[in-house]
Amino acid sequence: MPAQFDRRDFLRLAGVGAGVVFASGLAGCAARAGMPAADFHFVQLSDSHWGFNGPVVNPEAGTTLARAVAEVNALPLQPDFIVFTGDLTHTTDDPQERRKRMREFKAIVADLQVRDIHFLPGEHDASLDQGAAFQELFGPTHYSFDHRGVHFVALDNVSDPTARVGDAQRAWLAQDLAALDKDAPVVVLTHRPLFDLAPQWDWATRDGDQVVAQLMPHTHVTVFYGHIHQEHHHQTGHIAHHAATSLIFPLPAPGSQPRREPVKWDPAQPFRGLGFREIERRDVAAYALEQHAIEGA
Amino acid sequence: MDRRLLLGGFVATVVAAAARAATEAAPRRIPVVARKFVFIPSEIAVRQGESVVLEFTAPEVAMGFFAPELGLRALLVPGEVARVPFTADKPGRFDFLCDVFCGDGHEGMNGHLIVTA
Repeated sequence: MPAQFDRRDFLRLAGVGAGVVFASGLAGCAARAGMPAADFHFVQLSDSHWGFNGPVVNPEAGTTLARAVAEVNALPLQPDFIVFTGDLTHTTDDPQERRKRMREFKAIVADLQVRDIHFLPGEHDASLDQGAAFQELFGPTHYSFDHRGVHFVALDNVSDPTARVGDAQRAWLAQDLAALDKDAPVVVLTHRPLFDLAPQWDWATRDGDQVVAQLMPHTHVTVFYGHIHQEHHHQTGHIAHHAATSLIFPLPAPGSQPRREPVKWDPAQPFRGLGFREIERRDVAAYALEQHAIEGA
Repeated sequence: MDRRLLLGGFVATVVAAAARAATEAAPRRIPVVARKFVFIPSEIAVRQGESVVLEFTAPEVAMGFFAPELGLRALLVPGEVARVPFTADKPGRFDFLCDVFCGDGHEGMNGHLIVTA
């Protein structure tokens, strides 16, 4: 396949349109479809919980992450970059064991062909030591970068065990956003939802409303996050929030049952509900999401 | 009017007022211990209109108490007692949870406030 092969053409040729969700918070995105756009795509993986041990919910916990890596490597078109939106490892009280799990995780994802990878922490990685081990092994817990005209912001809402972004990081965010035009495309990557999805299950960020208020003046903002182990799509005003599936076990729909217990493994449908997604930028704030199941599902 | 009846009424009023004042001054204290990864007790029963104070201790690590439907929230710090005054104005079963990540098992650390009419 030619290196310059356009992904939009590929999707059309491969006939995978049925698996593509056009996700946009903007009315009129169809009218923009004809406009020239610097299309690119990236992959989001989330919530691998390396080190988790629970055969009832995932007897393949030791192989699921490696399967995902292999499947990303097998994509016909490799993504520009990859993001991991937190809970790379499953929590442990033992600081040495935490670092061991993080090293093992790194060793597995080192097999990814794409080398441009952006890691975010989840509460399982960072809440018990305020992100110390994560920073040792993966670097800063919040940062920003630019890719082909899109400004990406990675926000840490987990190093504080009370699930706050915090004053200092919000001041940093204000400074980071101040350098942008208000109509510049912005993608926020984070772990927890920035809105009150299900506070009774701790699916929220305490000062998420303040973060969203900071983002509101920017007209093209999309949020991709993890934490809830399932796809979920939500709007706060013009800002779209998209949750990703996990690579360890699915969780029930928000508030659908009294307890947020993992969905048990179904031998008849192994890996059901697990996977990753490709995210293709289609326009200034329009993204096509393509979900991939783990092999065996 | 009978003097004794008058006096009896007066005494009853004073006793009722004193009882009300005592109730207002001293709501029922309900101790709750937050341990990894359970609230003890995990079910707390109160009567509608009853004033209580939930008195939380967390002897191991910092934890949280959050009852979103009731708007009650507290940070539980080892070595301190977190007091949460509460008067239920409606009957029902209200979930609460630990909202400070405390380790493997945190996600299952929850309980219920049961308010009877």
